[in-house]
Amino acid sequence: MFKTHYRLERHSIALAIAIIVVASIGGIVEIAPLFTIDETVEEAPDMRVYTPLELAGRDIYMREGCYACHSQMIRTLQDEVERYGPFSLAVESQYDYPMLWGSKRTGPDLARVGGKYSDHWHVVHLNDPREVVSESVMPAYPWLLQNRLKTEKLDLHLRTLQKLGTPYTDEMIANAVADAQGQAAPNSDQASGVAERYGEDTNIRDFDGNPDRVTEMDALVAYLQILGRLTDAAYVAQAEPQPQPVEE
Amino acid sequence: MVAQLTRNERHIGLALAVFVSLLGLAMAAGGKQDLFGIHGLIVFAFGVGSAFLLISGFHLPEPSDERLTRYYDDPIKVGLILSMIWAVFGMFMGVWVAAQLAWPALNFDMAWTSFGRIRPVHTTGVIFGFGGNALIATSFHVMQRTSRARMPDQLSPWFVLIGYNLFCVLSVTGFPIGITQSKEYAEAEWYADLWLVVVWVTYLVLYLRTLARRQEPHIYVSNWYFLAFILVVAMLHIVNGLALPISLASAKSYTIYSGVQDAMVQWWYGHNTVAFFLTAGFLGMMYYYLPTRAGRPIYSYRLSIISFWGITFFYVWVGSHHLHYTALPHWVQTLGMTFSVMLLVPSWASAANALLTLNGAWHKVRTDATLRFMMVAAVFYGLSTFEGSFTAIRAVNSLSHYTDWTVAHVHAGALGWVALITFGSIYAAVPRLWKTGQMYSPRLVEVHFWLAVAGIFVYVFAMWNSGIIQGLMWRTYNENNALAYSFIESLVAMHPYYIARTFGGLLFLCGAVVGFYNLWKTIQLAPREQEVLRDQPAAVLARSSAVQPGE
Repeated sequence: MFKTHYRLERHSIALAIAIIVVASIGGIVEIAPLFTIDETVEEAPDMRVYTPLELAGRDIYMREGCYACHSQMIRTLQDEVERYGPFSLAVESQYDYPMLWGSKRTGPDLARVGGKYSDHWHVVHLNDPREVVSESVMPAYPWLLQNRLKTEKLDLHLRTLQKLGTPYTDEMIANAVADAQGQAAPNSDQASGVAERYGEDTNIRDFDGNPDRVTEMDALVAYLQILGRLTDAAYVAQAEPQPQPVEE
Repeated sequence: MVAQLTRNERHIGLALAVFVSLLGLAMAAGGKQDLFGIHGLIVFAFGVGSAFLLISGFHLPEPSDERLTRYYDDPIKVGLILSMIWAVFGMFMGVWVAAQLAWPALNFDMAWTSFGRIRPVHTTGVIFGFGGNALIATSFHVMQRTSRARMPDQLSPWFVLIGYNLFCVLSVTGFPIGITQSKEYAEAEWYADLWLVVVWVTYLVLYLRTLARRQEPHIYVSNWYFLAFILVVAMLHIVNGLALPISLASAKSYTIYSGVQDAMVQWWYGHNTVAFFLTAGFLGMMYYYLPTRAGRPIYSYRLSIISFWGITFFYVWVGSHHLHYTALPHWVQTLGMTFSVMLLVPSWASAANALLTLNGAWHKVRTDATLRFMMVAAVFYGLSTFEGSFTAIRAVNSLSHYTDWTVAHVHAGALGWVALITFGSIYAAVPRLWKTGQMYSPRLVEVHFWLAVAGIFVYVFAMWNSGIIQGLMWRTYNENNALAYSFIESLVAMHPYYIARTFGGLLFLCGAVVGFYNLWKTIQLAPREQEVLRDQPAAVLARSSAVQPGE
């Protein structure tokens, strides 16, 4: 063995090739089957895609680095299930490009935060967390209420995700900008198309309490309110009762 | 700097600089409605700056062939200075983000200073800015010395160094304004990632070309590690970074992986960045600077072979230990755990090899803070690899995961191992590069050492405590069989530890500032160019073979 190495370390290209081969094996064995073994991701026929507004909210969630302190992955441990709800299934993040499972809980897990608090609670909390939780160390995000949501390119976002495999229809892409506006303005003409394309259960309402404009707050709250609610698969599989929304 | 380039290299360099400027201009024009435009302007400024530098020295006489009898050290010197600048910057950001967790008002309610946006500035600043520049600079130093060969040209090392720093600047300027892919430790967007691929391939080619010119039959062990670092980081970066931009005039892209596959790819990348960026490269450093400083040969050649291939093979499997009890299939979790435990063998083999090398030189460890930096680094390497294997065990991980224990572990490795071996190597390399015999102040090296060690201890103990308390509070049940603590109660319990951690980080930062000052004063002591007889490859005595055709 050492004799072979004695020869190997005299040839830089052979050494480089040996390194590539040795370092590739683990990755190939662990990653490639995840794309081919069907059981890796459960079946969930009721799984729906993010609406353009929720997707924009998800981008804000990433931009602000929320994932640095909040996980979105409830582990299969009793205390986590009791604290946060049924453990997370792979299918629930099937359309998450990239996934936001997180690695650190400076704040609580958010995998099932959707519907747990009212829109108003989220708006107040995001605007100044210490107003509702006095000991919180979460940053305040006052600019979310002030910034108009940029919706102009949302069709490009949906188109890209369609190419990557999310089942967005061409109709959804064509109406992306209008749907984003409509979801946050329930009385507008644009609102009806959202339910038609994304389902009757879609949250169509003025999330930020300001009906006149669609803000980044609208998008982020719309996203937070759908977390854990794209499919019932986890509740069905684990036969847990649905948590009731807590209204302030 | 420009005086050392041949006329031909000045032409190519200028063409490159103009090309980069035009690229930046195109980005700025195409993305003027988008944050993309701001990065276009930064790229443009880099290109114009480089072009200006080249033009200002364009008329200088060409360097004589005498240069080919010497090693090419200019980019190494600049790389080490950049590394120390990034260290101070990145560690300052670290102290700041740490302070925000203790006192949230310290972000001043501004978007670009809020925790989530500047935390990746800290991680990127220290890992890629400080660590990366130190790796590039020391690898240039080590590969030339251990191969007894000069780098094949003068332009490509500059391209690698400046190009790499452009990547770092694009990263840390992007996060505060909201440009991020959100993949941990790979947050930079698609165009910065593509640029890094170009830089990295140039780096690999430069490394292989220098090795091809070597006058030693064997490739020294440091170079195996540097090669593994360059090759595997390229592989990780490309696979993890595959993404589709929403348009060529936008900074935004979507990664091609989703959900569980993305989680596995990200942690395969994430943990192997630890392996091949933060371990392999720095082991390359250790295998050169520790024995040369101690004046002792490496304890065991065979141990280095075993640990090198063990690390290269085992590490790649362990990323899935970041995903215990998640929706990742169980078999992958088990593989990750198993290999994590096995990984302890080659890791400790390296640590033991380093410490046993000091046999016969322990008296130097007592008096020489530079050598002590490296010794303590090897001890921390052993400690944090043990901790890594330990917390990768599923049952332990159920407690440690998502808590500050992970943060403690990362910093034991990053401060205790990576930063200490780097400071030791820099203190060993600087007097040799600038021909000053020793650092400006050996006493300040001593001060830096104790500040650093004290900082690590305060930091790591604070985070161990908070992590374990946090983990236990989350899973404690009361007599009614209900969860005993609300989440916010666990957060309140963290407060004193977050203050202690900030203080520990501050001590470590002060050490880095002292180090930077010492480096600066040492450079001022350096003798003027003409008086110096620079390091020469030994073969130069024969006068012929050091000069290669095709220069």
